[in-house]
Amino acid sequence: MSEVAALPGLRLRALTKRFGTFTAAEDIDLDIRRGEFLTLLGPSGSGKTTLLMMIAGFLDITSGDILLDGASIAGMPPEKRNFGMVFQGYALFPHMTVRQNIAYPLDVRRRPRAEIDRRVDEMLELVQLRDFGHRLPRQLSGGQQQRVALARALCFAPPVLLLDEPLGALDKKLRIEVQDQLKDIHRRVGTTFIYVTHDQEEALSMSDRIVIMQNGRIEQVGTPQELYQRPRTAFAASFLGKSNFLTRDGTLHALRPEKIEIAPKGQGQGPNMVSGTIRAITYFGSILKYDVAVPGMDEIEVDVDAWRGGAAMAEGAEVDLSWSDTAAVPLERD
Amino acid sequence: MNGSPLTRFGTGWLLVLPFLALVVALFLGPIANILWLSVTDPEPGLGNYAALVTSDNLAGILWTTIRICVITTAFSVVLGYSIAYAMVHVAQGSRNRMLGLLLVSFWISVLVRTFSWLMLLGRKGLVNETLLGIGLIAQPIEFMRNELGVLIGMVHYMIPYAVLPLLASMQNIDTRVLAASRSLGATGTQTFWRIYLPLTKPGLVAAALLVFILSLGFYVTPAILGGGKVLMVAEYISVQILVTLRWGTAAMLAALMLFGVLALLFVMSRFMKLSTVFGGAKA
Repeated sequence: MSEVAALPGLRLRALTKRFGTFTAAEDIDLDIRRGEFLTLLGPSGSGKTTLLMMIAGFLDITSGDILLDGASIAGMPPEKRNFGMVFQGYALFPHMTVRQNIAYPLDVRRRPRAEIDRRVDEMLELVQLRDFGHRLPRQLSGGQQQRVALARALCFAPPVLLLDEPLGALDKKLRIEVQDQLKDIHRRVGTTFIYVTHDQEEALSMSDRIVIMQNGRIEQVGTPQELYQRPRTAFAASFLGKSNFLTRDGTLHALRPEKIEIAPKGQGQGPNMVSGTIRAITYFGSILKYDVAVPGMDEIEVDVDAWRGGAAMAEGAEVDLSWSDTAAVPLERD
Repeated sequence: MNGSPLTRFGTGWLLVLPFLALVVALFLGPIANILWLSVTDPEPGLGNYAALVTSDNLAGILWTTIRICVITTAFSVVLGYSIAYAMVHVAQGSRNRMLGLLLVSFWISVLVRTFSWLMLLGRKGLVNETLLGIGLIAQPIEFMRNELGVLIGMVHYMIPYAVLPLLASMQNIDTRVLAASRSLGATGTQTFWRIYLPLTKPGLVAAALLVFILSLGFYVTPAILGGGKVLMVAEYISVQILVTLRWGTAAMLAALMLFGVLALLFVMSRFMKLSTVFGGAKA
């Protein structure tokens, strides 16, 4: 145990936060490796932001401990922890230029002027805002403000960077662009990123590991592939990606819509097969979604690559649905 | 009516017209009259204004007025800043109670508040009697009937006016910006001087302007607490009108104060947008 505690990285031990009788985070155990991109994923009220604020030092912990490279930082004020943080809405200093914003963490540490100038230039380069140093935050677009916030938080080379829904205010197209940039910056600086979001696509595309949270507890931890392929609970299966649920031998199973074969009635084959009627077909460009009514079961959703066609099947047609044994994942009861 | 000036202005102007007329007749009219008086009474010319330079008495009064107003502004704004800061950072319930007390002080007549200070700090006031009684002092302290008394009364009266604009600008601050400063390594003190204070600057300017301009016109407080020894412009004007009947001098001083305030606003507007100072749209 003491050997584990001394390992580099950030360790959360039985971390609990109560507000009066309300428990916002309960018994959180988590080991975050140095340099990892870890995402805290959950709906609002799941405790992910509470957890982040405890790591940042803005919320006192009720019980438990936070260890950085083996030493407890639980009682430390935020400015002593040396963690960078990117806030929701960026929280740039509106009365300072981009340069002054980025220089701020070094300014308050009273570093020499030359070092600050050099470092700010590096950061502006990193986030591709070389020509924007003398603008005020309000003269920048949302995506540019987001990059300034990132540069400011990385400027003093913190061992850990905390990001609280940093892409929440951006539109969808810009968001995907910034996701790529963020991932790229993570690769280049090698800092541990702890990223809070409620957006499953963000979590899947960027993270080394994802922590799914619900009601102040950790639901499941794993790589995006592990979580998507082998969800442990119904909540994990439905929050990360889409899923059908069916009961087999008294156990609830999750079955992803794209793992189901659909064929005209009588032509289906496979170890697991049910028959039903197509109630609705929706076209999404890359996929076709079939909602199939199966007698005695919940409606089943089937996703098929749109280019494969399926023209033979229309709404109201009778179809066979089949899937392999490994496609349906047994779940623990919550 | 098509194309006539009235429809081009829009019918909205018609609705405002009666009030516009009222303002012109009852507000701008008298002001024009005063300006006119200041260059025509007792004889046409700039004689009244020339007296500013030639009369030591007038210059002394102006200097006293400005000095008292500047000191009042400084103390009111600093004390008001502390009060507003406290109000922003206490729980909602306490804040409402504090705001209630602040507003109550607006409803108490300046006369009542001024006399209360006499009762408290006069020669035979509560404070002097107590200190004399317990033997801490041998002579009553002269709080009143001097410039100190005027300052105490005026600062006390002005603090609520300083608090309100400061409170508004403090409540506008995004608390995440302060959290960001802490997370970036700044201590609480550094965060205050480098982030909080600059962000409340519009409120500070608004509070200072408001207090200074209102102080210029103070009449009752200097008259009572100054004990006739501290003469400020407003009281001097009233003496010119009621006692010595030198209306030209009174009109000249009134005009001077009017232009002084306008010049002050103009200078401030060169440094920052006045709309932000007065709580308008964000710049």
